Amino acid sequence: MTGTDIRNLILSAIALGICALLPLSGSGYWLSIGVTIAMFTVLATSWALFSGPTHYISLATAAFFGVGTYVTGLGFETLPFWSLIGIAGVIGAVLAALVGLATLRLSGVYFVIFTLGLAELVRQVITWFQNKSGQKGLYVLTDISEAGIYWMLLSLATAVFLTGWLIGRSRLGFALRIIGDDETVAVHSGINSALSKVLLFMVPGSVAAMTGAILAPRYVYIEPSLAFAPMLSFQVVIMALLGGAGRLWGPLVGVIPFTLLWESISSNFPQQTTLLLGVAFLIIVYALPRGFVGLLDDLRHRTRARMAEGVA
Amino acid sequence: MKRRTALKFAAALALTTSLATGAVCAETIKIGAAAPKTGPLAGGAAVSQWPNVTLWAAQVNERGGLNVGGTMMPVEIIEYDDQTNPGETIKAIQRLATQDEVNFIVSPYGTGLVVAAAPIFARYGYPLIAVSAITDQQPALSKQFPDMFFTLGTTSALAEDTVKILTDMREAGQLGNKIAMVNVADAFGIELADVARGKFNEAGFEIVYDSSYPLGTQDLSPVIKGAKAAAPDAYVAWSYPPDTFALTEQAVIEDLQVQAFYTAVATPFPAFGARFGAAANGVMGPGGVNVDDARFQEYAKAHEAVTGAKPDFWASATTYASLEIFEQSIEAVGLDRKAVADHLRTGTFDTVLGPISFDENNNNQAFWTVGQWQDGVFKGVASRNRDGSVPVILKDGWQ
Repeated sequence: MTGTDIRNLILSAIALGICALLPLSGSGYWLSIGVTIAMFTVLATSWALFSGPTHYISLATAAFFGVGTYVTGLGFETLPFWSLIGIAGVIGAVLAALVGLATLRLSGVYFVIFTLGLAELVRQVITWFQNKSGQKGLYVLTDISEAGIYWMLLSLATAVFLTGWLIGRSRLGFALRIIGDDETVAVHSGINSALSKVLLFMVPGSVAAMTGAILAPRYVYIEPSLAFAPMLSFQVVIMALLGGAGRLWGPLVGVIPFTLLWESISSNFPQQTTLLLGVAFLIIVYALPRGFVGLLDDLRHRTRARMAEGVA
Repeated sequence: MKRRTALKFAAALALTTSLATGAVCAETIKIGAAAPKTGPLAGGAAVSQWPNVTLWAAQVNERGGLNVGGTMMPVEIIEYDDQTNPGETIKAIQRLATQDEVNFIVSPYGTGLVVAAAPIFARYGYPLIAVSAITDQQPALSKQFPDMFFTLGTTSALAEDTVKILTDMREAGQLGNKIAMVNVADAFGIELADVARGKFNEAGFEIVYDSSYPLGTQDLSPVIKGAKAAAPDAYVAWSYPPDTFALTEQAVIEDLQVQAFYTAVATPFPAFGARFGAAANGVMGPGGVNVDDARFQEYAKAHEAVTGAKPDFWASATTYASLEIFEQSIEAVGLDRKAVADHLRTGTFDTVLGPISFDENNNNQAFWTVGQWQDGVFKGVASRNRDGSVPVILKDGWQ
């Protein structure tokens, strides 16, 4: 571990400590925005862990998230809440492994379409089961507070960042960067590319399911059309790309401005929300093709070039 | 010199205007509303929810406002679009309570969104008069959220009364014993079909066709053809808005001959009557109102005059009634939310639907359950504790 690593870890720990104090501010409004930011940070960062190096665009977030909410919805009366988060994580990972084994040999657009279909598939399976059994929408009535949910999401975010940091330094992370650059070269170098991809795909699957399990008490009422709303998958992709999927902290710098932008559009233009969000997407795509990370890199290069000129 | 005078004048004007607006603000009652303007439920909210908020505010302000302890205070509506997304509903209600600091909040629209918002209403002490949240979980919900009230009835009552209407028709010798039943495979459709299936069996009906279709199915002709092949006497579909229209359309095309035809959500919409004209005659659906009641007619007239659209024959008037309840409670006990909630528990309110009061589970016990299109209007044919239901008529072909 180098000095820079230690410094970064300490700075991150301080930032985390400050974030953890948010519920003590007593503002329910900022807390609810904090929950949204924490939720998308977890989802987008774990998404980018897989999609950043491999360049596979996964639209399966809603599928795993929905499975997680159902784990809590079905189990909260019989099992302690913390164990449900664990169970959701395991189910999410197993589901991701199955999906990965079936599809990660596909490339490009086929993978995207399959993952988009996955949320619909799981949703239809649950609906079919409800239709057969006559079972109704689930009510998750608990006394878990929004602050509790926020702290759980924050802990999960910490775990995701640590996992990402460890993967980045491991042989698996190295293998994935090679696969992302050129899969043929990776295979010729003796890397088991399918296994590496499946292993890594289990991370966002498991994390999204845990996020769903944590958030179920906040939504109170669970039904397939709300739990598996495909919008969630797209929001995660957009936020991660806005930040930049190439760096561990990239999605975070996308999630925060995007959530605040979304909030200010929703509150100031209630009649034109969708229109203005569409315009915002267009501007982002045209003005920031490589996300905020790309913008920061450009700025850094320019300053360096200018400094070099100054020296010469 | 001239310029300075002008400046002074402008400053003075600015000062007085700001004072004046400040004074007006202090005397306004702020009412928050968050419901879908976009997303899957936007269509329903545009018929049953938003026009009533607009209408009520316009009428109250025309009268000069609400009488709070002798002062007339106009109402100001603050609206948000929740995009049919529970996460957005939570944020919008949170924003209304803490940023806009509104005095009261109108219930959101749709079971999932109302229930998702309930904890926020409870945390900030806002009474919640739910309309478009039909559930059998009222005892559990009102126990968890003591200031949450329900107005539109229960799932079981809707299904039970439909079975009862058909049973009565059979006892009167108007209807045979064979039922074809289908449902949309989604929460509300599944729930209703489940209750109805049990009740049909209990009543000794023979269910000759029992099927379901996924939400969003485009081609529903197999569902009607299958039912037709089973030669039923009555056809019951626990459907959602797009399929309510599509199933009726197919029944017309296939010329499905039954004595009773029922489709669910959106059947009481004016658009349904407009779409099918005379063919709609005899079609039954959930809800209904007492269309001959002078107060409803007056309300429907004002609704059309102010919003340019007709109210539906079910949730519209109930949504309006929920705002009348707020109005009467505020005029009785003032702007203190705790006092209003306590008043809601004990009071009886005079609304467009007739008197409304809440029982120990915060539930309104008087509501319409089944209606039927008769000569271009959707009349209530069955209710719980409501007056004015008309006799049901036989479905007589599709002309």
